[in-house]
Order: sequence, then C-alpha cells, then structure tokens
Amino acid sequence: MSTTNERQQELAIDMKAGMDYDELMNCMRCGFCLPSCPTYRESGGNEAASPRGRIALMKAVVDGIMEPDEDFEKQLSLCLGCRACEPACPSGVKYGHLLEAARDIIQKKKKHSLPVRMVRSLVFNQLFPKPNRMRTVSSLLWFYQKTGIQKIAQATHLTKIAPGNLSIMEKVLPQVPSPSQLKNRPTHVAAEGKVKQKVAFFSGCLMDTMFMDTNDATLFILSKSNCEIVIPEKQNCCGALHAHSGEKDGAKALAKENILAFENVKADFIVSNAGGCGALLVEYGHLLKDDPEWAERAKVFSARVKDISEILLAVGMPKMVLDEQIVTYQDSCHLRNVMGTFSAPRRLLQQIEGVTFTEMKDADRCCGSAGVYNIIEQEMSMQILDVKMEQAKATKARTLVTANPGCLLQMKLGIERAGLQKDVRAVHIVDLLAEAVKKGE
Amino acid sequence: MIHQDAKKKFTAIVGEVNYLDSKQSLVAYSYDATPNYQALPDAVIKPRNTKEVSEIVKVCNEYKIPIVPRGNATNLCAGTCPLEGGLVMIFTLMNEIIELDEENLTVTVQPGLITLDMINAVEAKGLFYPPDPSSMKISTIAGNINEGSGGLRGLKYGVTRDYVIALEVVLPNGNIIRTGGKLAKDVAGYDFTRLMVGSEGTLGIITEATFKLIPKPETKKTMLALYDSLEAAGRTVSKIIANKIIPTTLEFLDQPTIRVVEDFAKIGLPTDVGAVLLIEQDGPLEVVERDIKRMAEICQEENALSVQIAQTDEEGTALTTARRSALSALARLKPTTILEDATVPRSKIAEMVREIEVIAKRNNVQICTFGHAGDGNLHPTCMTDARDKEEMHRVEKAFEEIFEKAIQLGGTITGEHGVGVMKSPYLAWKLGEEGVEAMKTLKMAFDPNNIMNPGKMFAKETRKRVVVSR
Ligand SMILES: Cc1cc2nc3c(=O)[nH]c(=O)nc-3n(C[C@H](O)[C@H](O)[C@H](O)COP(=O)(O)OP(=O)(O)OC[C@H]3O[C@@H](n4cnc5c(N)ncnc54)[C@H](O)[C@@H]3O)c2cc1C
Ligand code: SF4
Ligand code: SF4
Repeated sequence: MSTTNERQQELAIDMKAGMDYDELMNCMRCGFCLPSCPTYRESGGNEAASPRGRIALMKAVVDGIMEPDEDFEKQLSLCLGCRACEPACPSGVKYGHLLEAARDIIQKKKKHSLPVRMVRSLVFNQLFPKPNRMRTVSSLLWFYQKTGIQKIAQATHLTKIAPGNLSIMEKVLPQVPSPSQLKNRPTHVAAEGKVKQKVAFFSGCLMDTMFMDTNDATLFILSKSNCEIVIPEKQNCCGALHAHSGEKDGAKALAKENILAFENVKADFIVSNAGGCGALLVEYGHLLKDDPEWAERAKVFSARVKDISEILLAVGMPKMVLDEQIVTYQDSCHLRNVMGTFSAPRRLLQQIEGVTFTEMKDADRCCGSAGVYNIIEQEMSMQILDVKMEQAKATKARTLVTANPGCLLQMKLGIERAGLQKDVRAVHIVDLLAEAVKKGE
Repeated sequence: MIHQDAKKKFTAIVGEVNYLDSKQSLVAYSYDATPNYQALPDAVIKPRNTKEVSEIVKVCNEYKIPIVPRGNATNLCAGTCPLEGGLVMIFTLMNEIIELDEENLTVTVQPGLITLDMINAVEAKGLFYPPDPSSMKISTIAGNINEGSGGLRGLKYGVTRDYVIALEVVLPNGNIIRTGGKLAKDVAGYDFTRLMVGSEGTLGIITEATFKLIPKPETKKTMLALYDSLEAAGRTVSKIIANKIIPTTLEFLDQPTIRVVEDFAKIGLPTDVGAVLLIEQDGPLEVVERDIKRMAEICQEENALSVQIAQTDEEGTALTTARRSALSALARLKPTTILEDATVPRSKIAEMVREIEVIAKRNNVQICTFGHAGDGNLHPTCMTDARDKEEMHRVEKAFEEIFEKAIQLGGTITGEHGVGVMKSPYLAWKLGEEGVEAMKTLKMAFDPNNIMNPGKMFAKETRKRVVVSR
C-alpha cells in the first residue's frame, strides 16, 4: 500500500472521530446558502465549491463514501472561510466550525516539506504569539523582506506567488512605526470629558505593530467620545490566523492567555477594531467548549466583546467633517457574518459632514483576502478582487472604507491592480473617523 | 460505469472541462434536498446548448445510460438523486434570458436560469411573473416546470403550470421538438406543453421555455391575524372566499411552526397563539384597501385575537420572508426534516390539520404543519433523526396515514413537490392502478429504453393501503 493511501486512511479515521456529525446532519441540503457563496459563484456554479457541497464532501468522508483525497483537501482550501453562507442558512448550520474542525484534522496529518514547516513554525509559534517578538521584529515588512519568505516561497512553489504581486504587496504595506514607538504602548487612556463608558481595548498583534497608527486613532476617538480605556498588558494575538489555518491548539492557548488578561479588568465591554480578531474573540466560547476549566470563562469573555463601531454609535461621536466626497464601505466578512455588525459602520460614515455614502453592490461579499487566502489561493483571490474593484469603481467613491487589516491590504492591492491609485484610497474606518473628528474640531 | 467509448463521445461533444467524473464531483451531485437519499452518478455533464443536449441524449440512448436532469436540486422528492447511476446533466452553462417580449408579454429563457433572476429581470420592466416557490432564490426554471412548482401567490394567480406557454424539448431519442407558442389560443393536437409540466425529467429534457407575463400589480398590502384555535383560522379562510375575495396569499402556520420561525426570523411573532394567518392582497390601491379592510373585519368576526396590518413594505416583506423560511427554520430542531405536501380541498383544512395532530400523537412523532391555507396545500413537517431506524419507521407510518386521510377528504398526495422516489409508492392511491398503468404506457412511448430519470414517479412496488384503525 502506498503512503498516500495510508495517510488518507488515517485521515478518514480522524475525520470520523473528530467531526461533529450532528452538525453535518443539520444541513438539510436546501441550497439556500449557494447564492451567497463567492467560490460557488466564481466557479460558475460548481456544487462541490459551494457550502452545501463542501458539507456533503466532509460528510461523505466521514460516511466512508469518499477518500479524503487531494481534491478534497483542495476544495476545503479553496473555501475563503468568509462565512457568508451562515447568515443565509435557515437551519443555522455552523459551517465555520465544520470547516475549522476539518482543517485542523487535515493540518495535524500534514507532512510539510522542511521550508514550509519552517515558515509555519515561524509564523504560528515564534512570531504571532510573542508580542515582544512582534515588536522587536521591527515590522512585518522587515519580516517579508528579510526573512526571505519571498525566496523560500519561490523556491518551494509554496505559494504560487507571482513575483509581480509580491512587489505590489510590499507597496501597499503601511508605513511601519519605529522600534521605540512600538515599545511605549499605553495601558490606560482617560476619557476627554465625563466618562460615558469604560472599555477594555483588545489591541491585537498586527494591529499593534504594523497598523499601530490605526490603534492610536482608535484610542483617540474612543477618548474623544468620552470612553475611558484600559489596555491590559498581558494580552496576546487573538489566534484567528491559527484557527483558520488548522492550528487549533495554538488558537486555544492564545485564547486562554487573553481570557486571563481581561478577566479581572473592570470594563463594560472588550472593544475590538479588527473584524477578523473580533469574530474569533466572540467564538472563544465555542473554541474552548470542551475544556471544563475554561468553557464558562470563555463564554463570559465572548459575551463582552463588541466591535468599535457599535460602541461609537452607542456613545455618540463628536462633530465629524471631511472634504466633500463619495465614500463607500466594504464589509469585513467576519465582522458581518460572525459578529453581526453591518449597519453601525455605515451609520457612522453617514454622520460625517461632507460625506456622501454610496453603497457598493455586493459590499457584503468577501474581497478575497481571507487571512492568507490571497497568498495560498492567489488565482481565485484575484478573480474575486477584480470583480470587487469593478463594483467599487461604479460607486465613484474616492474613499474605500474597511474594518479589518487584511481587507484593507487587499483593497489597496486591488486599487493598485486596477490602476486607481490616483483617484481612490483605502482606509480603515477608525482612521477615517479620527481624521474627520480632527477636521471637525 | 460509463463505457469508455461513450465517455469519448461525451467529451467530444461538450469538451473535457464540461465532463466531470472525479470522486468529488460524483459526491457533489449525489443528493438533493430530500433527506436520507444519496446515490453516486457515474459522471456529470454540462451541455452548452440544445444541440449538445440532443447529441448527449443520443449517446445515452445508444448505450442505455440513465440521464438525470438537475436544476439546483432543491426538490423534496428525491427527484434528482441518481439512484441508477448514469449521467447527471446540469444547466449552469444554459442560464440566459433569451428574449423579454414586451409586446406579447412573454419571456423566453434557458432551463438553468434561477427563478429569482427571471423574476427580477421581468419586474425591472414593470411586468410580473407570479409563481414564487419559497426556494426561488436558488431553484431553476426547468426545475420549477418539471415539478409544477407553486408558491405563496398561487391562490390568486395560479402556479408554474399556468404560465408556461411554449417549450423546446429534447426527447429521449434525441429529437428536438417545440410545443405551444406565444399564443393565447392553440388547439393543434395534444397539449404537450402541459404534459411536460410536472413530468419530473422522465419524458424529456427542457432546453428552452416561454412564460406569459402579466402587468405588475400597483400596490400590495400584508396583514397578520392571530387565533387561539385552528378552527377559527379555518373558518376565516372559508368566509373570505365566500365573500368573493381572492387574496394573493393566504398562508397559515400552526403553533409549533410559529415558535420556530420567530426564533429564526425574530420579527416579533407571538409564540403563544394557536394559529397565524398571513394574508396579502395586491392590485389597484382602492381594491387592495377595500379587500384588506373587509378581510380584517372577517378575521375579527371569527374571533381573531389580533389583526395587524403591515404599515410599510418592509414590514410586509419581513412577514412573508419569515413565512418563506418556515421549512428551513423547522430544520433547526432536529437533524432530519421530512416535509410532505399533502393537499386537501380548502374547506377541509382545519379537519386535516387536526387529524395530522392525532396521527402524530398516535405514532409518537413530532410533526409541525404550515402551508397554503388558500389552496389547501399543507406542509406537515416531521422533525426526526434518520439514524433512529425505529423512529423512522414510525414516521413513515404516520405519513402513510396522512396521505390516506388526505385522499379520503378528496385531496392528493402531493400539491407541488412532485412524486419522485419519495411518493412513488403512493401514486396509485391517487390515480388508481389503471391511472398509473396509463401513465407508464405514455412514458414507454416517449422513452422505450427508460433512460430518462429512471426509478422516479413509478415505484417498483406500490404500497398497499394501510388500514388505519380508529
Ligand atoms: C426550503 C425549500 C422550500 C421549497 N419551497 C417550495 C415551494 O414553495 N413551492 C414548491 O413548489 N416547491 C418548493 N420547494 C421544492 C423545490 O424547490 C421545487 O420543486 C423546485 O422547483 C425545484 O427546482 P430545482 O431547480 O432545484 O430543480 P431540481 O430539484 O434540480 O429538479 C426538479 C426536477 O426537475 C427535473 N429537471 C430539472 N431540470 C430539468 C430539465 N432541464 N429538463 C427536464 N427535467 C429537468 C429534475 O430531473 C427533477 O425531477 C422547496 C424546496 C426547499 C428545499
Ligand atoms: S443553507 Fe444551510 S441547510 Fe441549506 S444547504 Fe446551506 S448549509 Fe445546508
Ligand atoms: S465560508 Fe464563504 S467561501 Fe466558504 S463555503 Fe461559506 S460562503 Fe463559500
């Protein structure tokens, strides 16, 4: 028997043991989720590339109808994990949980080549979960260029990265703060006026390094809106990248650290300003549901998490002004589909004087960024992105707003690809709000 | 297994990329929305036009390869489950609107077009296509035609059958025929158009369809009436019709269904009432207002607990959308959801629903009922778990009793979902042995090699009528 066959058999056994069969059965195969799925649409209506199809494939593996062959792994890998299928599902199937579980099982059985192992270990073990390293590695940009990820990628065909795209990627990365800026992060910010709300800020790993300006802007507008902010020092990366890449154990470990960090902080809410992080934070309850010591604590933690836009809308913003312009908004999938936040950011943008808010067609559809999807599944990602750019262009917007760092980079990449750099800019919503507050003063 | 020569011929017709036989593709096209049915085809094929369909069918006929035409597999009778293997034929590459004829008020489309896409295109021109199955967001036109699908507006406007006026069909021998036309009057020979409606892919493959359209109603109003008893709701239905009002929509939900729908849609439905009627009228403003007012009075006269008229379009849409999600919302309760569509004359609705309750209790199974009160089309829906063989047996028994009762009351075994595999054992209950025999003769005349969706509609074994002890 060949080794691939053995591996597939082992994988099948693990899938049988590890997948939630009730959840697989809960899919009644009504097909209501199909129209909302980007990969289904972009594949010209391929059932296997749809949520209903992928659930059927997972179930077929568990039922022993199908081997977990390479095609199967590819199909799961092609899924963006955008979870647009979940709000569309009247049966309430937790597709995201099924996908994460399957990817986790596949990942554990995977025999990566040495360079891939090195990169994964660097990213998942050495870098993201180590706040100090995130900081001392003075920037991700540095990481991209100096660790030779580009060379490894090319040498191993790990990513199928077209060199052209990588160089655009580098162009769209933000200006990175200096190491000294990175060292002196605040732990408490007072409200400017009378305290309306006391919040604990989840600062994130990428957000607190590469996107530090956005975090500073967040603290600025929270304070301007009379929120008192605590920023627990012991917090860590949220673990979303781990969870979505099948590194569930890593994600769990990080979740526990964060629960500990926030548990005794007296605050009404835990604020997140990145859709991708927030969505995992609200799912800690699910992530740790089988851990008796942590399940309840995780649930309590998750219940306190709120997106920045919801908080700002509730407490009220100071006067905001911008130059006359059209602004449009691209939903962060996880913010919308998992956290359920979609009207708050739009309403905030509408409150800015001078701004004409124009909704773009299919704003709720994934932009193709999806964690590291745009690197791993580059072809599909770029296909999705180019459609998105057409739709953004049609709004005639000068500013394209997002609510998650991954989406922001992807939008910037899209703008470059479409040659719109002169007319359109992409910004994180809190950066735009901060800009508008300053101009309104 | 598909013969190598046949495969070569297929790929020569549609090209390598449109012939799929990886394990993954076979699994992905092995099921439809019917619980508990799954069978792998031998291959999946995507024709690009009528000519290719015809050529494929000729090869199938030569090699006796079964063909299962598949829309988007939302049917609930296992109609697209490839029980005998063969080719699943999908129409994702044939989904265009061919012509929207505003002079003749018709629209001509390809089979794979999504129902809602057609409705949107038509409404953009101020026209109206009334059939609106709850699955329209994803169901295809050819699927609708082949199941004879109905929807919430069926009471006033009729169902798919009432709007199909012309078809292009590839027969099982590969011949291409055209039936009907853009004509209001046409009696040239047998009515093949009507014959194809509801034929469930057993007589031929539809490759083009023309529908008649009507002007879009100017206004629409929705209201919701709550009752503490089902009888009162039933009486309201009869009285509305007796008052010579035909509302667009007259839907009802029983109590367990209300609870689940509210849990899903969160639109503020009260969960402690006995039954809910969802009523809609459309047309000129004066007529709509007059009818809604009168119907509200009738609801009050029949002791409705409350009558609430939606103030805005959004409110109205929220109510109908919630009703549309009833089936899927019920699916949240248990892993397996089995939905039937027994239909009775509308005067018998309350009696039928009561009987369903009794039958469910007697067999110790959980059944919720909702449906189209206006046309007597009920959806008794059973929440169960297919892994529990013993319970599944009781579920089957309960449904048998429900069909039995429906027929006793002058009804039928299926009002809109079709016979497929699910209800084939019961077809003779409705048609009689002679009726089934006549239908089989017809099928054999069209398809002597039985390649078109074999195993559907006609069961290998007909269910003997159960004797229900009372
Ligand atoms: C949640 C839910 C709600 C539903 N609500 C309703 C409702 O309100 N009213 C209603 O009537 N039904 C309803 N249905 C049932 C189903 O959606 C309809 O029967 C629908 O018309 C099927 O369309 P489809 O495109 O999915 O066809 P499929 O399920 O793919 O096929 C249906 C039949 O058509 C045949 N067929 C498909 N294409 C062709 C072709 N080109 N030529 C010949 N034969 C073909 C197939 O062989 C099969 O027998 C519902 C189903 C679900 C899951
Ligand atoms: S909408 Fe939900 S139940 Fe329906 S097919 Fe998709 S996942 Fe399954
Ligand atoms: S998560 Fe997104 S890409 Fe994946 S199946 Fe759901 S809708 Fe499709």
